[in-house]
Amino acid sequence: IQMLNASSLLQVLFFGFGWLFFMRKLFKDYEVRQYVVQVIFSVTFAFSCTMFELIIFEILGVLNSSSRYFHWKLNLCVILLILVFMVPFYIGYFVVSNIRLLHRQKLLFACVLWLTFMYFFWKLGDPFPILSPKHGILSIEQLISRVGVIGVTLMALLSGFGAVNCPYTYMSYFLRNVTDADILALERRLLQTMDMIVSKKKRIAVAHRTMFQRGEVHNKPTGFWGMIKSVTTSVPGSENLSLIQQEVDALEELSRQLFLETADLHATKERIEYSKTFQGKYFNFLGYFFSIYCVWKIFMATINIVFDRVGKTDPVTRGIEITVNYLGIQFDVKFWSQHISFILVGIIIVTSIRGLLITLTKFFYAISSSKSSNVIVLLLAQIMGMYFVSSVLLIRMSMPPEYRIIITEVLGELQFNFYHRWFDVIFLVSALSSILFLYLAHKQAPEKHMAL
Amino acid sequence: MAALDRVKVLVLGDSGVGKSSLVHLLCHNQVLGNPSWTVGCSVDVRIHDYKEGTPEEKTYYIELWDVGGSVGSATSVKRTRAVFYNLLNGIILVHDLTNKKSSQNLYRWSLEALNRDVAPTGVLVTNGDYDREQFADNQIPLLVIGTKLDQIPETKRNEVLTRTAFLAEDFNAEEINLDCTNPRYLAAGSSNAVKLSRFFDKVIEKRYFLRDGNQV
Repeated sequence: IQMLNASSLLQVLFFGFGWLFFMRKLFKDYEVRQYVVQVIFSVTFAFSCTMFELIIFEILGVLNSSSRYFHWKLNLCVILLILVFMVPFYIGYFVVSNIRLLHRQKLLFACVLWLTFMYFFWKLGDPFPILSPKHGILSIEQLISRVGVIGVTLMALLSGFGAVNCPYTYMSYFLRNVTDADILALERRLLQTMDMIVSKKKRIAVAHRTMFQRGEVHNKPTGFWGMIKSVTTSVPGSENLSLIQQEVDALEELSRQLFLETADLHATKERIEYSKTFQGKYFNFLGYFFSIYCVWKIFMATINIVFDRVGKTDPVTRGIEITVNYLGIQFDVKFWSQHISFILVGIIIVTSIRGLLITLTKFFYAISSSKSSNVIVLLLAQIMGMYFVSSVLLIRMSMPPEYRIIITEVLGELQFNFYHRWFDVIFLVSALSSILFLYLAHKQAPEKHMAL
Repeated sequence: MAALDRVKVLVLGDSGVGKSSLVHLLCHNQVLGNPSWTVGCSVDVRIHDYKEGTPEEKTYYIELWDVGGSVGSATSVKRTRAVFYNLLNGIILVHDLTNKKSSQNLYRWSLEALNRDVAPTGVLVTNGDYDREQFADNQIPLLVIGTKLDQIPETKRNEVLTRTAFLAEDFNAEEINLDCTNPRYLAAGSSNAVKLSRFFDKVIEKRYFLRDGNQV
């Protein structure tokens, strides 16, 4: 009963946080027309965070293990229900609402979309050795394993890219040199291009007006003789016009390019100024550390894959072993192991939640529009839920054996080693492609700049 | 080709309200078939007869500069956009009648454009607070246009129109509410067409006549 109260209170808190985040950050430029979306997002967030809360309870030993186990199972069922049934269905529903043709049979098409999703979701399990075949069709393990695959792939992709992008953004070594004169020159070119577009459009408008006044626009040649006539007596004005229109299209494309480049230069100049401040220098320093960490992680991932090794001990026990054996410092292992795990796991949880929310927000701003905002938010809720579930899966590795038991029990007989291997592979692929991608982008930019 | 004089009018508003469709309707009297994302700024030209039907009738080109983006864009994008706000003669503020936030954001849009004109140091000296005084002595004519009128159900129309009337009053501007996919809202002779004509006449007057006190 006590447990119920405490965890419900926390859940309400998480729900409130998700609600506020949705309103203040994600939807700050849009009007919330469908409150269902906001509710679903907050609920997904609340239940995802509850899982982390249960891990913390596990470490701290709050209440007895049977009630904890019960809560785990309950929470897991709810989360799976949301991620596999509710959110995909609503995504299908809102996608269908956007398409005008299918308005009548909205529910029907939404169900069809959901069934398609379930089919592909199920098929996902085939190529991976994630389950022992003795489980039934509709067990939790089937669903969790597939959700786990998707989530772990996402985590590895984000980690890989983040590990490479972080030092690249922090370190000012990579900043291109931008002067005010460069920016002014680009702006002048942009305005000149706009002026050229304006003068060409004026010519087109005048030509259209004179044609309209002379009644030529409505004089479309009809019939057989009309077609013959149009071959011999071509209107000189219209040919000229289509040529000018093509020039206008090309100039408009150029103006868009120039605009984007100018915005890019402004952003780089801002970053250069920021790097001269105290904060900027601090981040620059951090950047060097992160790049070493990133290289080490890539190295470890390669070693794991090449030597087919999965880490057996978690960092906490390892650290304690090292301190006790090599440095000769004696302390109460059990007591410290609990507290250090708590701090370590806490940090991992908080940074991954924060990192994910920030990335999702950036992504949302970049691609959403007033029509698609509902669908995109729901997609983000789905990604968030899967991400958090797989974090629980992977966090198991960072905890000492006595705390791992509950996760192993609750999630059933999953091949945890497979997930770690899969994470390493995707992480490596993602990190290496990010390095390649950033290298190409970096090389290309100054060349574009020079060509102006 | 006659040398027609130049007048520049900005079209501002949140993304997705229908500025591109509106500009196309104003310039070509046709509905825009496939509206797509506006990157940077797109310009179009409307030929306007100043003081139509009177002996002083003269033809002017009105350039409609449709600036894309949102109020919450990064500073770098705002600085780049500021390049388009030079030498402007009028502003058309566009909002979506079905989206209240787009109407609220108009205050920030107008401040962004007007402050740029006043302080040519390139730094936006505003914290975004709306101050009616700033609009009281504003010399640049404004026009408020609400789009997607057809998507408002009849029962809610009065409520929405009252709200937009307040909005237009705040800007000391005329307002037009229409649907950009239907040219009949701006048909010749309708009250909307008259308001539009009056607005463009005002813009031209402020640009060419009242500065000198006599005709240019």
